[in-house]
Amino acid sequence: MWTTDLGLMYYAFVIFFMSKISKQQVEKVAKLARVKLSEEEVEKFSNQLDKVFGYMDILNEVDTENVEPTAQVTGLKNVMREDEIENFDNKEDLLKKTPLEVEDGQIKVMKVL
Amino acid sequence: MNLNELTIREAHDGLKAKKFSSEELTNACLRRISERNPTLNAFIEVTSDIALAQAKKVDKEGVKGMLSGIPIGIKDIFCVKGMKTTGASKILDGFSSPYDATVVGKLRSAGAVFLGRTNMDEFACGASTEHSCYGVTKNPKDSERVPGGSSGGSAAAVADNMCLAAIGTDTGGSIRQPASFCGCYGLKPTYGRVSRYGVLAMASSWDTIGPFARSAEDIAIMLEVMAGCDSRDSTTPDVAVPDYAGALHQDIKGLKIGIPKEYFGEGVEEETKNIVMQAIKGLEKKGAILKEVSLPMTKYAIAVYYISMPAELSANLARYDGVRFGLNIDDKGDDLNEYYEKVRGSGFGDEIKRRIMIGTYVLSAGYYDAYYKKAQKVRTLIIKDFGKVFDEVDVLCAPVSPFPAFKLGENLDDPLKMYMADALTIPASAAGLPALSVPCGVSAAGLPIGLQVIGRQFEEGRVLGVGF
Repeated sequence: MWTTDLGLMYYAFVIFFMSKISKQQVEKVAKLARVKLSEEEVEKFSNQLDKVFGYMDILNEVDTENVEPTAQVTGLKNVMREDEIENFDNKEDLLKKTPLEVEDGQIKVMKVL
Repeated sequence: MNLNELTIREAHDGLKAKKFSSEELTNACLRRISERNPTLNAFIEVTSDIALAQAKKVDKEGVKGMLSGIPIGIKDIFCVKGMKTTGASKILDGFSSPYDATVVGKLRSAGAVFLGRTNMDEFACGASTEHSCYGVTKNPKDSERVPGGSSGGSAAAVADNMCLAAIGTDTGGSIRQPASFCGCYGLKPTYGRVSRYGVLAMASSWDTIGPFARSAEDIAIMLEVMAGCDSRDSTTPDVAVPDYAGALHQDIKGLKIGIPKEYFGEGVEEETKNIVMQAIKGLEKKGAILKEVSLPMTKYAIAVYYISMPAELSANLARYDGVRFGLNIDDKGDDLNEYYEKVRGSGFGDEIKRRIMIGTYVLSAGYYDAYYKKAQKVRTLIIKDFGKVFDEVDVLCAPVSPFPAFKLGENLDDPLKMYMADALTIPASAAGLPALSVPCGVSAAGLPIGLQVIGRQFEEGRVLGVGF
């Protein structure tokens, strides 16, 4: 039982005292999001996000035990349709929009591995 | 009176009686745009050729529906066949859509005339239209101030008589707040009332589409064409579209109006409160019954929004990877990941990067429960708050924004302060409720103030009746 409490305490510690967004964290998140940031941006976002997340802690005031999360507000669910193929006949036009090279009706990308 | 200053209703009557042609009406708008757009920058692109061709077609074939031959502005977030769509972002530089968004197709079929693309904050992220890669839009009432955002171009264009109406999107206040800052009407409909197909997605569980106009009746006319179930957007329920314009003349005698005390609390300017209260007292004189109510979860709405929205935004914007469309950069790098980082790093603006960072962070391992899930739970409580008060009252009346239009650059480097501009519009968005911004007065400095009328889901008709 005490291990769970310790786990919770650690969790609370992380939320309340380590919420400072370090430059390393900014760099890590930028990597995850596939966005290249300049050094100045890393510095700026680290400061600004710190402030933003500091503000978010206001939600800890709210008791949300036994409250279901909401993702859909009108209550619609499981909207079904027939799985019918609808052709888009303007393939040429679509391929014209890529900034990359096109070969045999396909877009050529850089190496993946 | 110049033709471009008419309401849709007046212009329709004039066109029908052949007092003037749609071409003349369209030219009046184009003249106004060429006079004023160099100062205001409300339009990113003016599509005179398309507009005049559409107008001439109506003149030749005759006026059919209410929107036949009516010149409108389109926020640069809607896909319009034959026009560019950029979301005011460099990453979509040069992109032109091969198809119409559902709502654009409906307006096209109704005979509306497309004057061009209106300015906005990049991917609808902002409250001032300062985050546009095409430069800022200025408030038509005071060019040192912002028009609000993100649909600032649409609001400024309608308020400044460059077009008769316009369309925009509202995720946390992006129609209501600029309508209030510029002094025109703007409606955020119920979530799912208007199809989002073909509209650049921001936060999918929040995004709505709605009209700007210079009267509540014109809003009703626009909504009637725009609304409805669409098989291409599975969040549009099969709810009938009523005769919104016909229902406007309902008596508001006995209508129960709730005044949420939190919307008149700390952080809301005294002058704004007073002007909005005067408007509400006016409704009381017409026979409405006022009742003070409480929505205690209001103060948590911003935090909920700025967790949930960036999370959804970061996922939605993952599609801008520079492969199928978009920005052409010189140094493409050696491998695909490097390319993604480079193209996204140079294509996205400051605020988008900031929100992608917030969104990616709150969805990342270890933080999902603490931030994202927590926010979605508090969202449930905000919805319950509204449910409770709507058992007692028919509509809610409150200010749209805590303050009138602020100065250009004033909040640009303080994101948190900028986010506060949405404090009174986000709660209705969280609950998917329809809400209308009604111009209800001007401040001592001459800045417009907006009254917000919030209704139950799918009760746009009642909301418009109060604003009428």
